[in-house]
Amino acid sequence: MNALRRYIDKIKPNVEKGGKFHFLKSTFEGFETFLFVPNTVTTTGSHIRDAFDMKRAMIMVVIAMVPALLFGMWNTGYQHFLALGQEVGLWENFWFGFLRVLPIIVVSYVTGLGIEFVFAQIRGHEINEGFLVSGMLIPLVMPVDVPLWMVAVATAFAVIIGKEVFGGTGMNILNPALTARAFLFFAYPTKMSGDRIWIAGLDKGMETVDGYSGSTALAQAAQNNDVLVNGIGDPLTTWDKFMGMIPGSIGETSTLAILIGAFILILTGVGSWKIIVSVFAGGAVMGLIMNAFGGNALMEMPFWEHLILGGFAFGAVFMATDPVSGAQTEKGKWIYGFLIGVLAILIRVFNPGYPEGVMLAILLMNVFAPLIDHYIMEGNIRRRLKRAKVQA
Amino acid sequence: MTEKEPLFSAKNLKLIREPLGHSNPITVQVLGICSALAITVQLKPAIVMTLSVIAVMTISNVVISLLRNMVPPRIRIIVQLVVIATMVILVDEILQAFAYDVSKQLSVFVGLIITNCIIMGRLEAFALSNKPWPAFLDGLGNAFGYGLILIIVSFFRELLGSGTLMGYQVIPDSFYEFGYENNGLMVLPPMALIVVGIIIWVQRSKDKELIEQN
Repeated sequence: MNALRRYIDKIKPNVEKGGKFHFLKSTFEGFETFLFVPNTVTTTGSHIRDAFDMKRAMIMVVIAMVPALLFGMWNTGYQHFLALGQEVGLWENFWFGFLRVLPIIVVSYVTGLGIEFVFAQIRGHEINEGFLVSGMLIPLVMPVDVPLWMVAVATAFAVIIGKEVFGGTGMNILNPALTARAFLFFAYPTKMSGDRIWIAGLDKGMETVDGYSGSTALAQAAQNNDVLVNGIGDPLTTWDKFMGMIPGSIGETSTLAILIGAFILILTGVGSWKIIVSVFAGGAVMGLIMNAFGGNALMEMPFWEHLILGGFAFGAVFMATDPVSGAQTEKGKWIYGFLIGVLAILIRVFNPGYPEGVMLAILLMNVFAPLIDHYIMEGNIRRRLKRAKVQA
Repeated sequence: MTEKEPLFSAKNLKLIREPLGHSNPITVQVLGICSALAITVQLKPAIVMTLSVIAVMTISNVVISLLRNMVPPRIRIIVQLVVIATMVILVDEILQAFAYDVSKQLSVFVGLIITNCIIMGRLEAFALSNKPWPAFLDGLGNAFGYGLILIIVSFFRELLGSGTLMGYQVIPDSFYEFGYENNGLMVLPPMALIVVGIIIWVQRSKDKELIEQN
């Protein structure tokens, strides 16, 4: 450790003003603060500071995503071998999925961080850690068979158009990871929806067992099937759906793994429990309303199934709670989350071309979050003014 | 004016140059956006649109400039509209006669040149108070400035969205065999807005004068 510290101190003068590599200052600082806690102290104003800076907060979210990621890797292998009709062990499933998922993660991080570094150099500010989270979220919301160059293009689009044009981390209107997914969904629809993309290798002419279908549970429900089945035609139990042994984007299938993540987020105070709870509440209310009307398989689906299928839980826990693009006021968080839940189910049920509504619901509410906050604050100001007048 | 100004004096040339760069009607004044979104999916309609706007713009600028001392101020807008509408109908008829396919593709957007704010804006701001020759140059410059952005946007949208330029395939088949795919988002209108946005971004980072002080 000391040797590392000495080495960093030795090369530091090179990047200071006047040094040979001054243009790399922000890159250097990025790595320095990554390795050591910065020793800067506050000189004016408030002297109480929390060591919990953005790097730590971001890492907490990444840790919270690990269960979903690990399960996603295992599920990738499980679904693949299920389609082949083979029974293999836990580790073989996991190893297969690991090899499929790792390249997507690497591409996402390399592209995104590369762009962030370049922008930080050009603009001469510090490198922000926001991408640590986005870079992990992007692979988790991709179908496993997505071509890697598309991941790179989508990541570049999300970082540049979704974030840097607004001024970088903390200034973005939309959630960057969802921007990446929405970009891919509209730009390359054949690779982002349908029955053949969710299982590794299925798209490339894999020899499957007879009658195999890779459609997701929601796609089946959208086609008005009452009994949801897995790839080889066995009906899915609620337990299967909750555990996530179903086709879907890499990280979205397991509600259990996501709830573990939610637990970590809430415990550390990084994610807002109000948003998570209200998204689920909104989804449940809308699901109940749909049940009351009935009519097709999606409307008659029990409301709790809506909450555990598709990307609902993942969106609620990891996407809606994004502190930058979500609502900031405490009351606003309830409204924001509730409307996400309501809209997600509404889009899911009534949009014929798209059996999943969570992505669009969250993006839409991201846009409205500042408006919600505005009215909450206006309301606060009015209430206080009224009180002041009464006393005067 | 006592001495006669040369035809291409510095002042007159500026009328052409300015709208191409830092008073560009689309990227700086943000006018005429709707048509820029609608007809830039492919290069060919964009070029035809550019030519149509150049014709309408320059001729109506000159006509209004000639009429400028005769038009009572209270009815100037309606006079301008009549002139523009006449020109637009002429252009539309000519397109239908000689370039029917493109005319079909452009559909209502030729007719909607009438409502293009750039044209009305230049008539109000320039032609009504200037002589015909400067008005002609101003019309030409602004129409070119508009067309330039249209062509840049449609170039990227057609190249990335359909893999073609002017209808000819330019992205080789071998790319597609390697798994390349056309970007479907490029064909949708939002992408035109984003491309225009990127052009504005690039222009502003090059041209520091455009950055507002606040």
